[in-house]
Amino acid sequence: MFRYLSAAAIAAATLLPGLAQAQEATDPNVTARHAMMQLYAYNLGVLGGMAQARIEYDPELATEAATAIYHVSMAHADRMWPEGTEAGATEDSRALPAIWENRAEFDAAAEALTAAAESAMGTVGTDLASLQAGVGGIGQSCSGCHRTFRQPE
Amino acid sequence: MIGRLAGGVAVLAVLAGGAFWMLTQPASLSDETLAALSAHDADAQAGEAVFWAAGCASCHSAPDLAPGAAPEARMVLTGGRSFPSDFGTFYAPNISPDPEHGIGDWTLPQFAHAVMQGVSPEGAHYYPAFPYTTYIHATPGDIADLWAFWQTLPADATPSRAHDVGFPFSFRRGLGLWKRFNLHDDYATPAFDDAELARGQYLVEALGHCAECHTPRDALGGLERGQWLAGAPNPAGEGRIPALPPEGWSAFDIAAYLETGFTPEFDTAGGEMADVIDNMSRIAAPDRAAIAAYLVALRSSPNP
Repeated sequence: MFRYLSAAAIAAATLLPGLAQAQEATDPNVTARHAMMQLYAYNLGVLGGMAQARIEYDPELATEAATAIYHVSMAHADRMWPEGTEAGATEDSRALPAIWENRAEFDAAAEALTAAAESAMGTVGTDLASLQAGVGGIGQSCSGCHRTFRQPE
Repeated sequence: MIGRLAGGVAVLAVLAGGAFWMLTQPASLSDETLAALSAHDADAQAGEAVFWAAGCASCHSAPDLAPGAAPEARMVLTGGRSFPSDFGTFYAPNISPDPEHGIGDWTLPQFAHAVMQGVSPEGAHYYPAFPYTTYIHATPGDIADLWAFWQTLPADATPSRAHDVGFPFSFRRGLGLWKRFNLHDDYATPAFDDAELARGQYLVEALGHCAECHTPRDALGGLERGQWLAGAPNPAGEGRIPALPPEGWSAFDIAAYLETGFTPEFDTAGGEMADVIDNMSRIAAPDRAAIAAYLVALRSSPNP
């Protein structure tokens, strides 16, 4: 009997959080673009951490992280921003209507990241100063998009 | 009887009008400030540091500048950016050294009077969208250096656009009354003995004018100094401007953010703050550290 009860408790514990998540399901496009941003941040944590001397400079790791950012930027993410997924229209999003009002500029901002990451990929492994310059370029492209197309918190 | 009553009302009206006129009189710069301005050996290079710390370009550069534009482009102070508010829409004027459309024919005392008291050379009050309530704390030396730097900036002939402000706010004289409640000689937070904290306080409260966005405002647009840097609704639209310092951020995190635009989680600044980073990344590293130290000190001694 006790065994059945504990099995039920384990099943409940595993299933309930899943159910709770299902109830507040966000648009899959929003989930996907947030996941992509987290991948950027995860790798920028390596590059920025070295640039700001939070962690020790490691040329191989730096090149790996910049390469990862480049590849994530090549993931055809433009599909993740369909119409009707702006802030207010969908849960949890800070995407501004400007994205759809000026799609060409938005797409260009995304291409700027690809270009910055591609260039950083080849330079961040050289030395710390090159890494700092590379991170600066990527950071410029991040804020270049965020300042126009993302609602401040 | 009616004649006497009318006479009484007329006298009262004249008295009230006279009192209003006196209360709304634009203040002058003190003799002490004027003397300090002229005695200072102005240095344009030091003035450039003041220019970035004070964020002049964030409001007065051209509205169509590309994000992250080069510093040289941000030094062309054409004006034209719009600032919607509860009182109407303000348009930043051309303050480039153009003698006709900018401020090229001003003198240093006129410039200081405008920046530190919000009064035009013609004696009119400026709207407090121009943050003279914080620049009033600037040192005369910094203002003189800034004016020296101004002489090196390019002139631009874009005409300034008139503000779109309705009555009664269109009546500028009334701002004199507003200044009586909102133009303070003293800082909002207690003074610090420590040199770095005092420098940080100067950069935040005098030049950086962080509180203009990060402190809530009362019904007449005055800063609620009891809620200093406590966060505020965003006047430009949706969302909320966060309290300072952000929860969980160390002094290192703040200084790194001001330099690189990366949060400790490696998100990046957006919105108006991205422009602020463009300015703050150009000031000296010890100044960024001082700002961070002041903000962290604020957290350890919260507002009453």
